[in-house]
Amino acid sequence: MLPVSGVEGRGGGKFWSAQLMNSSLIGLEISVIGLGLVLMLADLFVPAERRRFIGYAAIAALGVLLVTSLSGNGSCGQFGTAFGGMFVNDTLSLFFKQLFIVAAILVLFMAAEFSDKLAEGSVAEYYSLILFALVGMLFAASSNDFTMLFVSIELITITFYILVSFQRSKIASLEAGVKYLILGALSSAFMIFGIALIWGTTGELNFTKLAAVAPQFETSKIFLLGVLLVLVGLGFKIAAFPFQIWAPDVYQGAPAPTTAFLAVGSKAAGIVLLLRVLFTAVPSVTAHWGNLLIVISAITILYGNLCAIPQRNIKRLLGYSSIAHAGYLLLGVAALSASGQSALLYYLAGYVFTVMAAFFVITLVMRHLATEDISGLAGLNQRSPLLAATLTIAMVSLAGIPPLAGFFGKFLLLKAVIEQGATNQGYYCLAFTALAGVVISLWYYFGVIRAIYWSKEAGDLSVIELSSPSKLSLWVCIAGIFWLGLFPNTVLNITNLAAAALGK
Amino acid sequence: MSILTHIAGWPLLAALALVVVPRNYRVIIRAIAVLATLVSAVLAVKMFCQFVPNHDGFQFEQQIPWVESLGISYHVGVDGINVGLILMGAIVGFAATLCSWEIQSREKEFYILLLTMIGGILGAFASLDLFFFYFLHELALVPTFIMIGVWGRGEKKNFATFQITLYLSAGALIALIGLIALYLQSGANTFDIPKLLDYVKAHPISENAQHLIFPLLLFGFGILVSLWPFHSWAPLGYGVAPSPTAMLHAGVLKKFGLYALIRIALPMLPESARCWAQILAWLCVGNILYVGWVAMRQKDLNLLIGNSSVAHMGFIFLGIASLNLIGISGAVLIMIAHGFLAALTFALSGYIYQQTGTLQMSELGGLCRKLPFIGTALLMAAMAGCGLPGFANFVGEATVFFGSWTVFPVVTVIALWGALVIGGVYMTRAVRNVLHGPLPEKWNSLTDAAHLWRKLPYALLLASLFVFGVWPKLLMDKVNPDAEKIVAQIPPAKCCPCPALKVAAAENSGVRN
Repeated sequence: MLPVSGVEGRGGGKFWSAQLMNSSLIGLEISVIGLGLVLMLADLFVPAERRRFIGYAAIAALGVLLVTSLSGNGSCGQFGTAFGGMFVNDTLSLFFKQLFIVAAILVLFMAAEFSDKLAEGSVAEYYSLILFALVGMLFAASSNDFTMLFVSIELITITFYILVSFQRSKIASLEAGVKYLILGALSSAFMIFGIALIWGTTGELNFTKLAAVAPQFETSKIFLLGVLLVLVGLGFKIAAFPFQIWAPDVYQGAPAPTTAFLAVGSKAAGIVLLLRVLFTAVPSVTAHWGNLLIVISAITILYGNLCAIPQRNIKRLLGYSSIAHAGYLLLGVAALSASGQSALLYYLAGYVFTVMAAFFVITLVMRHLATEDISGLAGLNQRSPLLAATLTIAMVSLAGIPPLAGFFGKFLLLKAVIEQGATNQGYYCLAFTALAGVVISLWYYFGVIRAIYWSKEAGDLSVIELSSPSKLSLWVCIAGIFWLGLFPNTVLNITNLAAAALGK
Repeated sequence: MSILTHIAGWPLLAALALVVVPRNYRVIIRAIAVLATLVSAVLAVKMFCQFVPNHDGFQFEQQIPWVESLGISYHVGVDGINVGLILMGAIVGFAATLCSWEIQSREKEFYILLLTMIGGILGAFASLDLFFFYFLHELALVPTFIMIGVWGRGEKKNFATFQITLYLSAGALIALIGLIALYLQSGANTFDIPKLLDYVKAHPISENAQHLIFPLLLFGFGILVSLWPFHSWAPLGYGVAPSPTAMLHAGVLKKFGLYALIRIALPMLPESARCWAQILAWLCVGNILYVGWVAMRQKDLNLLIGNSSVAHMGFIFLGIASLNLIGISGAVLIMIAHGFLAALTFALSGYIYQQTGTLQMSELGGLCRKLPFIGTALLMAAMAGCGLPGFANFVGEATVFFGSWTVFPVVTVIALWGALVIGGVYMTRAVRNVLHGPLPEKWNSLTDAAHLWRKLPYALLLASLFVFGVWPKLLMDKVNPDAEKIVAQIPPAKCCPCPALKVAAAENSGVRN
């Protein structure tokens, strides 16, 4: 791997001093934690009616962090490992950290618009919880050790328990919180059990070191069971079949900004950990699991798309659609190739902007409505053409129609899958399943578009006023969707580099 | 910039421009749309005139790298195969925009979608990059669904939209898998069609891979072209579609699948094409005989035209299946002729629907007296449809039959029967029911196409049919040299891997002896 390796670390004192020096690598994470604490403090001094503006300060601060990380001077621009190889900064973690920060910025914008629906004055807490979840995701992006993996997953999940049930006065939100808590705890239990089995058989927790010894344990059933249980835990996070049960209920009940962050941030964190475990920690085991991944991916795609058809609640519909998209993302994992991983990362980048755009519109439209039914979108093109256009673009991109981000992402994924067809005929079946999923999905995505433009009974036609920050974030999402669809070159080069970090 | 970029770019630019025009400026919206398609049509005529037949390689080329790591670039160019199609597409696009006066609600959205469709399909025909080829076609295809779903007519609208969306998306995606597999199997690591062609000529794709990919392309594109038995979306879809959409889809978009077979599948997968040609020839019979038969039983004028357009696809497939110079040149000719013809018939039926509010042939009759211009045009279109000499269809169909006679004599005889007898029966019946006989009282208030603007689209399409009908050399000279290049790639008949094919081949050679 990178220059600072574990072998040197066994030397003793010199090792620790060298590793402590490397704590500069986690500067970004420390800044975000600091920011979250500052927000909690600010909560004490800012009067309740002005607290939503704290969010804009947080957005500005995250913007600065994003720019510094892009410019390469920030902590995540320096590549290397820290804390005895537990923490790694490479092209892959850089890609994901930027993705998480962009998602968090958009979610904060959304939360500021949503603040009226939260308990009075509690929005600052909500902001800081988003930042703490973000820290968990940033650590997840850099995890190179099972301990790190578990801690970062727990940081994300526990924060989300609160975020999901944040609308304390709403039964649905509490119900979603409890469901997420029970199933989240269950998945954590699976995962920690799996980690224990892996450690018990191999004696290694570090991904890099594990990769070196894993081939010796390929026949050990206990070791394989351990890896499988870790995958179960991660499967919960990305809502892959058969661990998808919680997703629709939680998506429906949680506040819209939380749902958006859950759909993007939590899923992406699951994906990055899945990539690291499968392709850095146990590549020799993964090489034999192509068929398992094919089956999981295919069923997830079909399940998500088929169940989305009858949904009337827009958040629940997007919940099922996010299951389907977990399946599409798994296409890139199942392909077991660098081009598959690169395609997955590209798809994820497009997915961030698309899902954020969709939830932003839902937040703005639904915040004054008692219902979240699709019929609530009726007449949206007269109430606000920008919102109608944004949601349409998001749906079209999710459906994978050119010239938007979703099309190019699906094209790359399909290409990666068919590429492997020569080695295993199952990949052709997988490509056709994905294709069937795309055709099915047209039905419900176009149903949403139809509700916006052509529903007969549009009761409320009052104009929706948009604040300028929300207009800005909508335009950012639209620009992102078109940019990734029309000019894929830059991002594709980045994802190619990021995927290359896994293969080392 | 290449003239081709202008031809496809103007409608797309106009679509973008319309986004910012306020929706109540109806005249301006329409003017922008008509102007953009007019520019595109004039440029297409200019390009057609400047085209040099028998030129080595492609003309009016332009290439801009897009995604280097995958070998995708924006690359346009024409040769004899697509030069006529682009001309036809641009003229039909202009005529369809002119006919869009029948749209009375949400004009802005309609014109945006229509222009996207025109620009997309012209770009797809001009494209020499496999990715853009697919990308631009899909860009043109999706507006079709929305237009049928929103501006469609009749109570079967929702079902028709559902059916056409499912069929065509599935077809396009199957073809996409085929195209990706082709890209990967060739090993050339480029999406550039000329480069792929050269590469495949030097390193042919293994036969097993060919037999895997060719059916994907054949049936994927076949669904898009309403190849029997995957044709059932077409008559109903066209029956409910607003007439500009039906004109563009039946006339231009549908030719894309055929064009893709000729441009990509035949030269790159020649061995497999040779084997599948037998099956394709017999599927044509389904198109020509079965769908022709169905057309005879129709009571609705639009469903009749829709079915007849599916039946005509059979002749083109037959031309492709014959795999010889005459057959493929004939197929290209019919593609162009049928583009004009389908657009013309749907435009006319749209006019009649606009006036009467029905297309049930039992309720119509004697319309020629009230609508002399429209009636005459419909009569001419019907005659062109059953292959009367003087119209471009006759030239194409005759050429295809000459080409296919040497390879599939039995199929040719059946097809001839279908063309002359069945086509003649339903077309003359339609003419009698709609145009002749007593005029019901309620139609006394009908008005004919009043002024030049209204007459222009019909006149333009009829004129194009005439020009290529009486002077086919204009097209033939351009098509022949490039069709010859494609035919040269296809090996003479030899082995066939699957036993059923062997039997078919044996039967066929038996007939020839």
